[in-house]
Amino acid sequence: MVIDRLAKLRQDALDALGAVSSPAELEDWRITYLGRKGPLTEVLRGLGQAPPEERREVGAAANRLKQELESAREAHETALREAAAGALAERDAIDVTLPGRPALRGHLHPTTLMIREITDAFAAMGFQVVEGPEVEWDRYNFEALNIPPDHPAREQHDTFWIDEADAPGAGPMLLRTHTSPMQIRFMENHQPPVRVVVPGKVYRYEATDATHEWHFHQVEGLAVDEGISFTHLKGTLYEFAKRVFGVERKVRFRCDYFPFVEPGAEMAIDDGKGGWLEILGAGMVHPKVLEGVGYDPERYTGFAFGMGVERIANLKYGIDDVRLYYSNDIRFLRQF
Amino acid sequence: MKAPLSWLRDYVDIDVAPDDLAHRMTLAGIEAEGFEVVGEHWDGVAVGMVTAVDPHPNADRLRLATIDTGDGTAQVVCGAPNVAAGQKIAFAREGATLFDAHTGRLSKLKAAKIRGVESRGMVCSERELGLSDEHEGILVLADDAPIGQPLADHLGDVIFDFSITPNRPDLLSVLGLAREVAAQTGATAREPDLSYAEEGPPATSKTSVEILDPDLCPRYIGAVITGVKIGPSPRWLQEKLAAYGSRSINNVVDVTNFVMLEMGQPLHAFDYDRLGENRIVVRRARPDEWITTIDGQPRQLDADMLVIADAGQPVALAGIMGGEDSEVTEATVNVLLESANFNAANIRRTSQKTTLRSEASIRFDKGLSPDLPLHAARRALKLIAEVAGGEVAEGVVDAYPGARTRLSVRLTEARTALVLGAEVPSSEAAALLARLGFTAEAAGESALDVTAPYWRTDIEIEDDLIEEIARLKGYDWAPTIGITGQVPDFEPQPILELKQAVRDQLRALGLDEIVTYSLTNSEVQAKARVEDPASLHVLNPLSSEQTELRRSLRGGVLQTLAANARHEDGILRLFEVGKVYVPRPGDLPDERETLAGAITGVRGETHWSGDAPADVDFYDAKGLLDALFAALGTEAEYEAARDPLLHPGRAATLRVAGARVGLVGEIHPNVLRAFDLGDGPCLYFEMDLGTLLDAAPPGRRRYQPLARFPGAVRDLALVVDQSLPAGKVTAMLEATPLVAEARLFDVYAGDRIAEGKKSLAYRMVWQSPGRTLTNEEVDKAQARLLQRLKKELDATLRA
Repeated sequence: MVIDRLAKLRQDALDALGAVSSPAELEDWRITYLGRKGPLTEVLRGLGQAPPEERREVGAAANRLKQELESAREAHETALREAAAGALAERDAIDVTLPGRPALRGHLHPTTLMIREITDAFAAMGFQVVEGPEVEWDRYNFEALNIPPDHPAREQHDTFWIDEADAPGAGPMLLRTHTSPMQIRFMENHQPPVRVVVPGKVYRYEATDATHEWHFHQVEGLAVDEGISFTHLKGTLYEFAKRVFGVERKVRFRCDYFPFVEPGAEMAIDDGKGGWLEILGAGMVHPKVLEGVGYDPERYTGFAFGMGVERIANLKYGIDDVRLYYSNDIRFLRQF
Repeated sequence: MKAPLSWLRDYVDIDVAPDDLAHRMTLAGIEAEGFEVVGEHWDGVAVGMVTAVDPHPNADRLRLATIDTGDGTAQVVCGAPNVAAGQKIAFAREGATLFDAHTGRLSKLKAAKIRGVESRGMVCSERELGLSDEHEGILVLADDAPIGQPLADHLGDVIFDFSITPNRPDLLSVLGLAREVAAQTGATAREPDLSYAEEGPPATSKTSVEILDPDLCPRYIGAVITGVKIGPSPRWLQEKLAAYGSRSINNVVDVTNFVMLEMGQPLHAFDYDRLGENRIVVRRARPDEWITTIDGQPRQLDADMLVIADAGQPVALAGIMGGEDSEVTEATVNVLLESANFNAANIRRTSQKTTLRSEASIRFDKGLSPDLPLHAARRALKLIAEVAGGEVAEGVVDAYPGARTRLSVRLTEARTALVLGAEVPSSEAAALLARLGFTAEAAGESALDVTAPYWRTDIEIEDDLIEEIARLKGYDWAPTIGITGQVPDFEPQPILELKQAVRDQLRALGLDEIVTYSLTNSEVQAKARVEDPASLHVLNPLSSEQTELRRSLRGGVLQTLAANARHEDGILRLFEVGKVYVPRPGDLPDERETLAGAITGVRGETHWSGDAPADVDFYDAKGLLDALFAALGTEAEYEAARDPLLHPGRAATLRVAGARVGLVGEIHPNVLRAFDLGDGPCLYFEMDLGTLLDAAPPGRRRYQPLARFPGAVRDLALVVDQSLPAGKVTAMLEATPLVAEARLFDVYAGDRIAEGKKSLAYRMVWQSPGRTLTNEEVDKAQARLLQRLKKELDATLRA
């Protein structure tokens, strides 16, 4: 009987499959039992001569068996793959401690990083970043900031003078000693409300040592509007200190003097050793400065602040020699 | 400004600890840079009295001193020449800690046998106590020093060092600081005693003062004391000056120095009898006049300098230093005392011109109160009479052409609240200001008319008073409130955005950012072949290295390469974004934002898995720039070009949208040599970011729909003249309809093709947005392309 042959065939095939242990043997098994020349194909091919009754019955049984064997083959194939994967560890192991293939990684200069961090902190409080010229007139660097010629505060601004003719009404040309001239330039071209931060290079005629560099960076800030007070100055700078130095860092806010602000202030942060490190100067914009740019000091008030970028970067990164910044030693730059 | 606690206590009761006081003063704007405790180590040192001095049996230069220690006697061996019976001295017991006179280190005193005689303790010198370097003799204490009192109680002190801001010259005085201490601690300051007997004839009968240049001398007071006895100063006076490292000269000069330290008013004492016609003329110096100042230096004067003269000669450089010829000496009998006010700016200029800075000039050049000289003169006259005797003339000669009227300043509650953001009632403001010597009168319910004390020169406007209130209340008192109100309109800053994008992209491409000095010199600019080196020059350069503003970043980049060449593995990939300064006649320079960079060495670090990487070449730099341009949403064309910095055959101009934005190329071997950069190759690029921004404004990136139909990939090898730039072929291929991509993947020249020719192999992608192209369509399109290539570029299909 054909049906009996199918039953035997099923038993033979499944027994043989049980002994298959590699993908190649599995392929041989498939060709043997399910291939075009295999016994099952033969059975199906032989049905042509059988009576219709038997043809239907045997045909259905043969197709069921074919599907069963196909499923069994797939299950066996999966089992073989799983078993093989278990052996990968021994077969394909590598030394994971060998160095990786180097990928190119560049670095930004620490002053760039620091300026970004500082200006980002203020940007979050609605301050826009603008920049201004480094070569300036005396008028912008000093006079308009309430530092007339012979003002004693000029002693704290050792200046590089440029060998060019004075401009009428603006005085000699110089390298700006601070970013504050941009306060004047910005207010001359804008009406309140004003809220800007100004990063940039500044220059001081000073001999270079571990804590002094004649060429460094500052970030200036200026906010002018109706109703801006000393409390807002404090609020803004405390928020800045939290963002840059951490929420826990203690801050000291004290009276200080700069001719273009009144009241004037200085902010310092806890150095962790019982002392304070000064990080910025600030104050309420002096009414004379507002008047000079055509703002009504009775109506508008504002605050300004300025900080040394390298000084803050020194604190952040633990840098102890300011000369490192512009020596551009690649061993230094690649640490950032 | 130094201030000993003991001296401050002459004017104010202080009951807070030194560190607390330092903190309070710092918060109030008078930064205490620190304080030094004198006598910190004086455990076991007390006042003793020398009761007997006997010869040492075994040594001529040593003596045996018997000391009354208050609780017994001790015998010590003493080498000091000045030890004498009856002296009060600092006696150190065994076990006391002293500075070793030879090593300068602290050490414990032990009993010792010196040349056979036991010595139990020591009579101390100033050096052993850490008071000064003095070790010639022992320190002799005041006669009234109580025997047995610990020395720290007798001589110990705290010396504060305050940093004074330029607006407060009144604080360059112990009294000024004491007034601030009083205000900050709620105590009351005691003003010094200015009273003395005026027994002599009227001062006006003894001298006269003529101010010829009142613009430079608002006030000059001359006072006269006759019959003084010049001699050493009393101990209290010497001790006060010693804290400032100031040597005692004689009693009269010491008083002038004392009053300057006490009240902040520099004074000068002339020998009255050595002044021609015994009178004072304040005038500008005459051309070719000279003066020998008391430091012995002859100095040439000019017409911008103010001098104090007698009837004929200059006798002092006004406000800076007195003259040698008229100084008070041991022979002086009559003294003319100067207490004056000078123009601050003029003093500063003269001080700078003569490079002579004195304790007087650093006070005058801040702008002292013209009301101060009379008070100071009276104080000095009182003290001179006390310590040098003599008869003080009645009154003073007071020439005061620049008399100032102290105007009151209106202080309103409204402005105070507006500036500080917190309210201070007028009554409280008045009370606070009174602590600093201000007087306030009510001006209605919510305002005050405030007058500053005579010593203040920094109160001009209402906000100045508001600062006084804020610092008296303490800055911590003001609330801390975030900024509110309208955020200003946004203004785009395209150049800042471009700089940020360039930095970020170049970092991502593996370059390191450098920042070099903006000042350079003409030699470096020439070596770096800066084509138009017309630069702005610094009038007062710090060094010959930095004399002019750079016209290019080239010099800095090349110098940085050179500086790093020595200690690196040779892989350097650097860039700088910075300004160059182009002079403009009669105006500030055009500060142009510029990018420059260089790469040198091999393409990457050697890795254990492969071969050593090859040296970088032009195409590394170009690939890098292509990636940069792509990231910026644009692209550049490269055109062979010449630049003196670059290898003449390996340099290109960068064009973006037709505009020349910069250049790239291999650095010329001669330039490499000039900067000591070895053999290279070293690739350099630079770009004017402003021009780039104009040529490729940001925000023009547009999305391209993704292809819906597959493209047909065909390789196309073309043979062209060796001299034909590949870019021309690529441009034609890319401009051909249906060509989605034409990527050059091989360039060949050699014996397999004709001489003078090269083969360019492209991988072409033919694609239509509307349908899948048939082979026939691609064949036809390629045939048409080949015809054009033949016709326009004489390019043929490689057989």
